[in-house]
Amino acid sequence: MNIVVCIKQVPNAKTVRYDTEKGTLVREGVEAIINPFDFHALEAGLHLKDAYGGEVTVLSMGPPQAENALRESLSLGADKGVLLSDRAFAGADTLATTYTLAKAIEKLGPVDLVLCGKQAIDGDTAQVGPGLAARLGLPYVTCVNALSVMDDEKTIQVRRINEDGYDILELEMPALLTVLASINTPRLPSLKGKMMARKTEIPIWDAEGIGAKPSMVGLTGSATRVVSTWVPTFEARREMFGGSAEEQVDALVSRLKAAGIL
Amino acid sequence: MLKVDTEKCTGCGECEESCTFDAIFVKDGVAVVDHDVCTLCGICVDGCPEGALELHVEAGAFATDLSSWKGIWVVAECRGGDLASVTLELLAKSRELAAELDAEVTAVLMGQGIESKARELIFHGADRVLIVDHHELATFTDEVYGNILADLAKRERPEIILAGATAMGRSYIPRVATILETGLTADCTGLDIRSEDKALLQTRPAFGGNLLATIVCPEHRPQMATVRPHVMKANAPDPGRKGEVIRIVPRKSLLGHKVQVIESVKEQAEGPNLSEADIIVTAGRGFEQEKNVELARELADLLEGTVGSTRAAVDAGWLSSRTQIGQTGVTVSPKLYIACGVSGAIQHIVGMQGSEIIVAINKDAEAPIFDVTTYGLVGDVKEILPLLIKRIQKERGL
Repeated sequence: MNIVVCIKQVPNAKTVRYDTEKGTLVREGVEAIINPFDFHALEAGLHLKDAYGGEVTVLSMGPPQAENALRESLSLGADKGVLLSDRAFAGADTLATTYTLAKAIEKLGPVDLVLCGKQAIDGDTAQVGPGLAARLGLPYVTCVNALSVMDDEKTIQVRRINEDGYDILELEMPALLTVLASINTPRLPSLKGKMMARKTEIPIWDAEGIGAKPSMVGLTGSATRVVSTWVPTFEARREMFGGSAEEQVDALVSRLKAAGIL
Repeated sequence: MLKVDTEKCTGCGECEESCTFDAIFVKDGVAVVDHDVCTLCGICVDGCPEGALELHVEAGAFATDLSSWKGIWVVAECRGGDLASVTLELLAKSRELAAELDAEVTAVLMGQGIESKARELIFHGADRVLIVDHHELATFTDEVYGNILADLAKRERPEIILAGATAMGRSYIPRVATILETGLTADCTGLDIRSEDKALLQTRPAFGGNLLATIVCPEHRPQMATVRPHVMKANAPDPGRKGEVIRIVPRKSLLGHKVQVIESVKEQAEGPNLSEADIIVTAGRGFEQEKNVELARELADLLEGTVGSTRAAVDAGWLSSRTQIGQTGVTVSPKLYIACGVSGAIQHIVGMQGSEIIVAINKDAEAPIFDVTTYGLVGDVKEILPLLIKRIQKERGL
């Protein structure tokens, strides 16, 4: 089974600080991690490889340092990593990102399953998975939290979570899935994996290398433009109630009544 | 530009049949393209049995005559026979936007047996309703819903398309935007019209709500956004409102799908769904034991709210993972959020800090949850919740 897992390197929410003056985040001192949902996508891929054989390729578009995210994936058991890095890719919105990823996946050759995390924790768009599927002409299911391969080893059955419950769906591979964190528990890197990760060469592909049209990547290829960003401030609204449990409960009830909730 | 490979073309006429714009036809045994009419939709390319057609996309090929795209579309969502609240919220917002653009508001409604909902959409603000009622739409599939909406948009050329940022909307609307090769802004919390050029200003949170960004889509149409439920206010229905209802019969070629729905299961055990709940009571580690979580349920029931959970409560097996709020769970913004025994890890905070009123109950007065709360109570949830429940019952005369 040929599996491609798309991952993104994101800032760790725990280490991010925000500049309320400039309305941006402070990039200094921010730790870069693999997007948490993507760990689960990778685990889902590795799990299938363990059961059915084949190869897991991890693909990431990002600056040169995103190579670290790919090495970490290799240490967990991925066979190959490919970094899509080119100045021309910068500023890509989801339209340009899905184009770029699709060109790279086409270059990788026939694939049975493309796995993505439900969304990245920085942009929170959840649009790359479905958009990539549309570009590749693949059937897809989002928000998957259970996955099994049927006896024919071609059909997969998945559980998609929605607001009211869930759906059980079947589709034939090749296909694309975006996964939730509840689909599995990611494994830890092995010693052998860590050694492999150090030795494995990670090719870097640029726009020309994947045959991408310059007009369709990065900011040039993006339909959306950010006009402004700002950091929302919580007005000094915190009120700590004092006193006994009863007194605190009374204070809360009176506030909620004043707010028209009770 | 659409190109015909005259070597491969056999003049079979498949392309002529499939084109909705009469932009391609067979003349002297070979396909000819009328480039003035062709919208580069690519339907004929997919349908050509000889592989003789190709779309050449050059720089600027999408630069479109912006003024030819008119009107606001609201993609209606119907779940379990009822219109989703976000659909009505979007209709109210669209009326405001339409006033600034001097445009019509059109609701697009897909499903089976949904005709009766058209009136409701008109009462809430639609001038026109496009109804696609078909048995193939009885269950939602990304492919079919996406194909039909993209096809309608290509033909009717709306300036703006808005949909709810629900599980369904966030799943298939990106497909539509990709087919239309246009921009899409996810999970917006604010929409406005820029006065100088009438562009749609789309405001959305990123980094779990720690950063807000306003986004435009300057050179592509339609301008598309999914909008977070519960942020905008619906209008009361006006039974005097009149509108036009147009029935659309989907072309067969749009109905094919490779994903089969085997079963749809409803799980409504914990009250209204989290993303639409007005009041959420969240249980965290501070409950110590599963049986104590009953207190959170009792309070939620009393307030007609729903129960949420933290990662710790899910890992302990007290509540299902679908109730988890935070970075790897659901993002919520109810009117009232009551965090009980929740310490306030950043991964949880990013999922709930958009709530209107945040109440926290925690033993530890230094817990980070108190940094984002409106009202803080210091104490054990096992002691405070029973008091609070009793007090509210008294208030309600129970």
